[in-house]
Amino acid sequence: MSDTRSRTRILIVDDDPALSEMLQIVLRQEGFDTVHCGTGTEAVAAMRESRPDLILLDLMLPGRDGVKVCRDMREESVVPIVMLTAKSDTSDVVAGLEAGADDYVAKPFKPKELIARIRTRLRQMSAEPGKDVLSIGDLVISVSAHTVKRGDVAVQLTPLEFDLLLALAKRPSHVFSREALLDDVWGYRNAADTRLVNVHVQRLRAKVELDPEHPEIVVTVRGVGYRAGEPSAES
Amino acid sequence: MSHLQKAERRASGLGQLWWGSLPLRVLFTTVAASFLVLVLAGLLLMQQARSSIVETKRDASVTEATGIHNFMTEQLRLPESRSFAVYEQLTNLAEQAQQQAGQYKVVIEGPAGAILSGGITWESVPAVLQKQVSDSDKMFITPTEVVFTEAIPNEPGWAVGTTLIDSAGERFPVYYIFPMTNEVATLKALQRAVVVTGLALLGALAAIAYLVTVQVVRPVRRASQTARRLASGNLGERMAVRGTDDIATLAVSMNDMAEDLAARIQELESLSLVQRRFVSDVSHELRTPMTTIRMAADVLYDSRDDFEPRPRRTVELMSTQIDRFDSLLADLLEISRYDAGAAVLDLDEVDLLILVESEVDAQRDFAARQGIRMRVHSSGPATAQMDSRRIRRILRNLLTNAIEHGDSRPIDITVASDANAVAVAVRDRGAGFLPSESGLVFERFWRADPSRNRVVGGTGLGLAIALEDARLHRGWLSAWGRPGRGAQFRLTLPRDGLHPLLGSPLPVIPTDVDARRTTT
Repeated sequence: MSDTRSRTRILIVDDDPALSEMLQIVLRQEGFDTVHCGTGTEAVAAMRESRPDLILLDLMLPGRDGVKVCRDMREESVVPIVMLTAKSDTSDVVAGLEAGADDYVAKPFKPKELIARIRTRLRQMSAEPGKDVLSIGDLVISVSAHTVKRGDVAVQLTPLEFDLLLALAKRPSHVFSREALLDDVWGYRNAADTRLVNVHVQRLRAKVELDPEHPEIVVTVRGVGYRAGEPSAES
Repeated sequence: MSHLQKAERRASGLGQLWWGSLPLRVLFTTVAASFLVLVLAGLLLMQQARSSIVETKRDASVTEATGIHNFMTEQLRLPESRSFAVYEQLTNLAEQAQQQAGQYKVVIEGPAGAILSGGITWESVPAVLQKQVSDSDKMFITPTEVVFTEAIPNEPGWAVGTTLIDSAGERFPVYYIFPMTNEVATLKALQRAVVVTGLALLGALAAIAYLVTVQVVRPVRRASQTARRLASGNLGERMAVRGTDDIATLAVSMNDMAEDLAARIQELESLSLVQRRFVSDVSHELRTPMTTIRMAADVLYDSRDDFEPRPRRTVELMSTQIDRFDSLLADLLEISRYDAGAAVLDLDEVDLLILVESEVDAQRDFAARQGIRMRVHSSGPATAQMDSRRIRRILRNLLTNAIEHGDSRPIDITVASDANAVAVAVRDRGAGFLPSESGLVFERFWRADPSRNRVVGGTGLGLAIALEDARLHRGWLSAWGRPGRGAQFRLTLPRDGLHPLLGSPLPVIPTDVDARRTTT
């Protein structure tokens, strides 16, 4: 493979030249490799070409709506996407998350906040030693291989969805509050936005549940949060 | 429950019924008033009928009595009757008179007692008449009560009294008694007819009143129904207009009002939409350059140690002021979102206590720097439907506010719940504020004491936003304060967000304060 880069590459999709340049300055200072794309129409092509490890995507783009761009990118790739949004209204944020963004940073943000968000999304959640294979419901998770299987069929998950599932599977009997999941999976110390959890649980369920209306893998505990489904007897 | 209370309840129930139905009220009033009028009219009618019938009978009686009296006088003076004894003569006369017609009875006061005909008794002749007759030869008439020898009820009648004078010039008082049997029967029949007609009229009037009221009330009810539907947001609702009467005018006015209302609301909606879009655009337009400035300032700030003292201080100043500008901008945008009605709740079943504990933990360092201890009191979880992002923001605002004004004295945070609501109260023991200022604290950019140094440099919008957040939840945010004795802010949220709050599980006045005592 020609891709022998050592540095993590981040694709910045933002129409504001000043902000894009500033982002590049800050990210390069933190040791990242950056690629910039200024319009929504070219964003998906830029992703194919540069094959980034993470995408910073501005939700308001000329040419194409950021939410649509996000959906297109998600169809092709499981690369982590962090939205940059000037709006923190429920509908906008939820629309972005539902389109497949893993996390969002509301403008104006502090550089450290952004770096923290990026690093969390780039890290790989690890299992405790000796516990490489976990089961949740009728699914089997292999941590080192980063795969989830139902029987012999692999279930395609984004890294974030994998982390979410893994977090639940690691402590099968534990009931996680949304805040606890925000801490475990998104790295928010002072839990902010539980919508992240709600939306991603829905996305995860759509992929792993046999019947998303009656979830058996990610079970809702009313008034508290979520817990892992019981490992099924036949698996 | 005592009887009195029961009676009261019944009375209030009747009152409710009375004031609850216009047709009933109109019906009752109509029936009562018509009844009164009908009774009066009936009485008047009966009285007139009676007096006219009785008068007629009187005149007839007098005429008839005169006729029969003449006849009797003639008979008495006939030469052939002179041979009879007086008593026999009189008895004959009485019988002859009786045979003339059945309408009257004859009583002759003979020398050897009264001669009575037709089964009546002597009591039928009133004493007054006897006296008049004994005093004069003229004819007199008085009303009387006819008493029969048989056991049948007395009857009213006329008694005509006069004197028979025979050829010898002897006087015999004679009385003609006219019982009003037929007249009484007629009057009775008439009375019955009047009562029956009256009742029928009453019924008819009640029915008419009911019909009329219903005719008026039905459109009014329809109007009120339409108004209710309009009020509930169904702006397309209109009333059917029929004719050109008052009801139609009402319907037309209602429809005009609805039209105006719909137009006005549409106008406001479009205005709000414009403002919402404007806020959204401004927020984007401002935030992007702000982010760049922010990042640039941070980069400079991080490398400030490489600078000379003067540029270094400049960078520090710039960085802190950008922070301040940043939070002010965020708060301004938030509040303009409320003003535009663009704020939406994202409800979830959340335990208020967990949020409180997490926010208190987040502020612990800041509180410790001010030398303040924060204590959380609770009696268990307090779950309710809430938007945890907004509730956290309220808590953060209340806590930083309390810490900032807490004068290094402990802060108590109490969480409580009841069947309908959950509440949290934040109590500080700082400078407090005047009772009259408890509403002002929520005003934008209001400061308790302009001369005070601000530690965190809040934007002055925190409590205003908190109040809007509470309102959005249909909850309450109340403030209590007394100068020198601190302040308490209490947030109350309905458990399900549907039912309006009726009370709070926590008092707004801190429990450690005697409410009646006032500061001197």
